[in-house]
Amino acid sequence: MAKNNVIGKTEQRWDAIAKVKGQAKFTADFPINHKLHAKILRSTIAHGYVTAYDITEAEQMPGVVKIFLPEDLPQNKFGTAGHPWSMVPAKRDIEDRTLLTRHVRVYGDDIACVVAKTELEAIRALEKIKVTYEKYPVYLTPKAAMADNARRIHEERDNVIADTSVGYGDVAKELKAADYVIKEHFHTPMQQHVHMENQVAVAWQSEDQRWTCISSTQIPYICRRIIGQAVGIPWSQIRVQKPFIGGGFGNKQEVIIEPLVVALSMACGGRPVEMNLTREESIAYTRTRHAIDYDLAVGVNKDGSITAIDCNVYSNQGGYASHGHAIGGKGGTFINALYKTESLRYAAKTIYTNVATAGAMRGYGIPQVMFALESIMDDAAEKIGMDPIDFRIQNRRPEGFLNTLSHVQQFNFKIDKCLEKGREAFHWDEKLQDSLKYKTGSKRRGVGVAGFSYGSGTYPFGLETAGARLTLMPDASFKLMLGATEIGQGADTAFSQMAADTIGVGYDKIIRDAMSDTDIDPFDTGSYASRQTYITGFAVQEAAEKMKQKILKRASEMYDIRPEYMDIVDGNIVYSHNDQKIADLADFAMSSFYDMEHGRAIVAESSVNIHNNSYASGCTLAQVEVDIETGQIELLSVMNVHDSGKIINPILAEGQVDGGMAMGIAYGLSEGVRYNEAGKPLNNNLMDYKIPTTMDLPDLDHTFVESEDPLGPYGNKSLGENPLCSPAAAIRNAVKNATGVAINSNPLASQHVFEQLKQAHVI
Amino acid sequence: MYDITGYHEADSLATIFKIIKADPKAKVIAGGTDVLVKARERKQDFIATQLIGITRIPEMQGITMAEDGTLSIGALSTFKQVEKDPLVQQYIPMLGEAVALVGGPQTRHVGTIGGNICNGATSADSAPTLFTYNAILEIHSEAGVKNVPIADFYKGAGWVDLEPGEILVRIKIAKADYEGYLGHYTKFAQRKALDIANLSCATLIKMAPDQTIADLRICFGVAAPTPIRMPQAEAFAKGQAINDATLKTIGKYCLADTNTRNSWRASKEYRDHLVQIIPARNILAALKEDQ
Amino acid sequence: MNQTIEFTLNGETMHYSVDVRQSLLELLRDELALTGTKEGCGVGECGACTVIVDGETVDSCIYLAVWADGKTLTTVEGLAAEDGSLSDVQTAYVQDGAVQCGFCIPGMVLSSTQFLEDNPTPTRPEIKRALSGNMCRCTGYQKIVDAVADVAEKRQENADIAPVKFTRHA
Ligand SMILES: Cc1cc2nc3c(=O)[nH]c(=O)nc-3n(C[C@H](O)[C@H](O)[C@H](O)COP(=O)(O)OP(=O)(O)OC[C@H]3O[C@@H](n4cnc5c(N)ncnc54)[C@H](O)[C@@H]3O)c2cc1C
Ligand code: FES
Ligand code: FES
Repeated sequence: MAKNNVIGKTEQRWDAIAKVKGQAKFTADFPINHKLHAKILRSTIAHGYVTAYDITEAEQMPGVVKIFLPEDLPQNKFGTAGHPWSMVPAKRDIEDRTLLTRHVRVYGDDIACVVAKTELEAIRALEKIKVTYEKYPVYLTPKAAMADNARRIHEERDNVIADTSVGYGDVAKELKAADYVIKEHFHTPMQQHVHMENQVAVAWQSEDQRWTCISSTQIPYICRRIIGQAVGIPWSQIRVQKPFIGGGFGNKQEVIIEPLVVALSMACGGRPVEMNLTREESIAYTRTRHAIDYDLAVGVNKDGSITAIDCNVYSNQGGYASHGHAIGGKGGTFINALYKTESLRYAAKTIYTNVATAGAMRGYGIPQVMFALESIMDDAAEKIGMDPIDFRIQNRRPEGFLNTLSHVQQFNFKIDKCLEKGREAFHWDEKLQDSLKYKTGSKRRGVGVAGFSYGSGTYPFGLETAGARLTLMPDASFKLMLGATEIGQGADTAFSQMAADTIGVGYDKIIRDAMSDTDIDPFDTGSYASRQTYITGFAVQEAAEKMKQKILKRASEMYDIRPEYMDIVDGNIVYSHNDQKIADLADFAMSSFYDMEHGRAIVAESSVNIHNNSYASGCTLAQVEVDIETGQIELLSVMNVHDSGKIINPILAEGQVDGGMAMGIAYGLSEGVRYNEAGKPLNNNLMDYKIPTTMDLPDLDHTFVESEDPLGPYGNKSLGENPLCSPAAAIRNAVKNATGVAINSNPLASQHVFEQLKQAHVI
Repeated sequence: MYDITGYHEADSLATIFKIIKADPKAKVIAGGTDVLVKARERKQDFIATQLIGITRIPEMQGITMAEDGTLSIGALSTFKQVEKDPLVQQYIPMLGEAVALVGGPQTRHVGTIGGNICNGATSADSAPTLFTYNAILEIHSEAGVKNVPIADFYKGAGWVDLEPGEILVRIKIAKADYEGYLGHYTKFAQRKALDIANLSCATLIKMAPDQTIADLRICFGVAAPTPIRMPQAEAFAKGQAINDATLKTIGKYCLADTNTRNSWRASKEYRDHLVQIIPARNILAALKEDQ
Repeated sequence: MNQTIEFTLNGETMHYSVDVRQSLLELLRDELALTGTKEGCGVGECGACTVIVDGETVDSCIYLAVWADGKTLTTVEGLAAEDGSLSDVQTAYVQDGAVQCGFCIPGMVLSSTQFLEDNPTPTRPEIKRALSGNMCRCTGYQKIVDAVADVAEKRQENADIAPVKFTRHA
């Protein structure tokens, strides 16, 4: 828990100055001599087999160093998901790809590679490679890929790569017993991360004859492991460095280009090889959020109680397994976290298709399931004529509820407080009234609400380990070393606050480094699952406590006072009973290095394995205006309310919420990768893929229901992914409130809305 | 690195003509916001070619008014220059409003109105407006000067009446084509910035003293391979009072006059629906802005 | 395929022989090692490569390097004072929490800086329009717009934005 008032305060992120000055170095900013450039030849079909290549002309092109076909590089199968390695083979991610492939499973699959002296020369050579394909039928949807006669996309396994069912009670019976049964189908789109920095990596043979790879990754240690597996060398032979990274949002929790870059450097005598994906490649040929279909049924009684939630889930995996079923399979737990029900069945399938491979994306399956769940719950409330906020509060899980689907006990779970606070702060009742004035004419207004729940890390499903190291410097600053990755979210600043608070010094005494380095930093699995400030927070806390004890023990030798009588407060060693100063920590620090008798530099280290999880929650409230003649939606106002325990740094937390809301709003209104019937992506550029510009968002409003989480290291729980879990459903519900039409597939782009309104005879 | 074979900075029209005579495939580049994007996309004709930069040619700059009231817009005027120009704001404000909707600020600082027209896209934001103002394009070549009405200039999708060695120098609008008119432009796109129109419509209207329509001009972008005027709707409107029935009928005629396409960006059905409602909205907005 | 051009870059006069095939972005990053200017798309859509040329922002990825001839350029490296202290716009970005991953930030800061020169008393919608050519995926633009509004307000009040103090890192 917080002790020294550093936690909970707005501290300026240490890297902001470097970033506004242009000093911050990202992967492509390092000067590397004699660098070669690699470009991938991408398939122009979505499913098939390359029967022949003709590279004779390409090889003659100026600047070409080498052209690689699949056979020219190691053939090891590997998976790309950024999960910790599992000691249990059955729990490992599916290993279904090789560095390059003749077997094409997605449009833009990596079928060959050119290394040349310049990028332009590589591009020119690519155009000269001739490819002959044998074409297979293309499956764009789970339904198509599950058809009886569908061809296997990977010979080794069925297109349905996982099929699970969890729950309790007798759903069929409870549905029958309900006063009303609401049945609906929902579809969610393939959102793409669109981090502003595309994937980029460079690798070379270092002086020690090992392999160094600088990469824009969220997961340096996992990256090291996957490079080793793909290339077939011991993991110790690889060093991964992560400098500043220009956003990741889950797409860089995936090891996409690094193994290839290392393999190419190996094949080019250890020369540095760089690969810089274009925006077009990054949108279409890396990872996306899973498009998921839901068949949902809810049994509800007139008194507002829920008898049953029945959910069939079809998760579109795309061409390779990546994070696979971890995403589609996860929703049941968080449905169960939110709603009291007599019975629940959550049956999920994850299915290979020939669209882009889906992987981790901020929210990890929850924005999808919350869109479906919070839409149908809104419709259930409407059915029985209940206020949607009251309905949700009435059916909330009680404090301390043991979620049997995950075995996590939901302490300090405050969805009801979020909804209550939101109702007030958003002026829900007034806006609802205001909307009533706009129910005729071409501009209609409405309000909507949606809730969500989210975990802090992956326990009990995944390993949760993290490490931290603190070194005392001669002026009583502390170097904090972590394998955890700052990816823009401000984790570094939060960690520094934690260390400062626990040791008893100011925030400015903690020194961090932009570069994470697998040769140097303590082991940590990386940045994902909103785990960092929660899980790594434990590691920082432990290292800081150890550091403090080491300082006090040494101080006891030096000042001849028992350690338990002393404390560190505001950078001084003091008597703990009255804060009387014993020594300036800076003087002590100098002695800890150079005192003839006592000088022994002080380092403290931790490595933790965390066996708990704290569920966070929250909600979005939105007011929209729908132009029913054109289908255009104007988001008039929007607010998120978050139950994330203690807020370590308010300004950073607000920034996380703003960014997540923007992504969540666009998930509801404008985003999604589109394909033609042949599986070719249509909108893989920033003009056609509609992330919002400054002019497309209203001011983003938010508030927190703060509390001390009893389990979180500093009373905190997750926040990073949470804000984008509920906006889409809130907007959908607001559009329904405005027009009377419930639209169950995203995004609510104007043409789609127009078609739905027309179908419902509103136009 | 752009895949080009050379670059010339032209200091006069004569220099351009000379270079193109020697190398007819050499490509003229103004702001480059179309040319360089196409070069990146490795479109044929935009790579393995020489570029001739024209932005420093004096007679293609500036926005002026002749004694007879004809406005003359240099082809190299950037979108920002057009938007901020006092003559544009006073006499042809709809053009300023239309180009203010192009791309983002950076696009508008560099992209030129001449490039917008010569690029030949049906979605070009300046085009529908210039169609309704009956703009005349002053095109120079070694052989001399020709004046082409903008409606004749557009030949097909991405295809304009411009031979190698022909340069659009100025865009002219006669006084009779702007005096007494009110206008409104609608760009129908998914985003409010950095987007290309899925449908666009410029509407110019002149009212008679008896509050009937003296003249109506409507031009759609992305409702056909080129920007397209609405002859039937315009003919019908003359002498009509503005009321629901008139506006509905104008919409119906617009549907008859357009030739929209199904594309993944927007369906034909949706475009046809919008074609019928946007002119009416424009008319009302134009009249309202006047009050 | 080189041409020699002359331009002023962050206050310094440069004579430079440039490959005519190069974009201004490539000249800055690859030749002059000014890597503060970023590339997010290469086709004028994201604004990460924004620089100021003769008082207007341009996307340097679709701007030929030779076009810089005779012009005055400012990149993100040219905004801070000679002693390294931040401009008021940079300061506001830092203090208002407008910076997250930082990839869009050089372009954003330049667009903001030039805009406030041109329009010292902007409304919020005007700020949003001025930044609409710079995409950011982290911030939802909220605190970025706040920071620009903040600078405008402080300049009008003639108040200094307290220089950013960050004892160790500054
Ligand atoms: C991010 C982005 C957003 C955009 N958004 C929009 C938008 O919203 N609306 C819109 O309409 N456009 C948009 N565009 C397209 C483009 O900006 C415009 O078409 C612009 O007007 C082109 O002008 P330019 O000077 O850059 O032309 P260039 O690219 O230099 O030239 C375009 C074409 O015209 C020819 N040409 C140019 N000038 C002349 C001349 N004087 N005589 C003869 N031929 C000439 C060139 O040879 C070339 O074929 C966008 C572009 C980008 C990159
Ligand atoms: S990199 Fe220039 S606009 Fe995106
Ligand atoms: S701060 Fe990350 S893209 Fe703007």
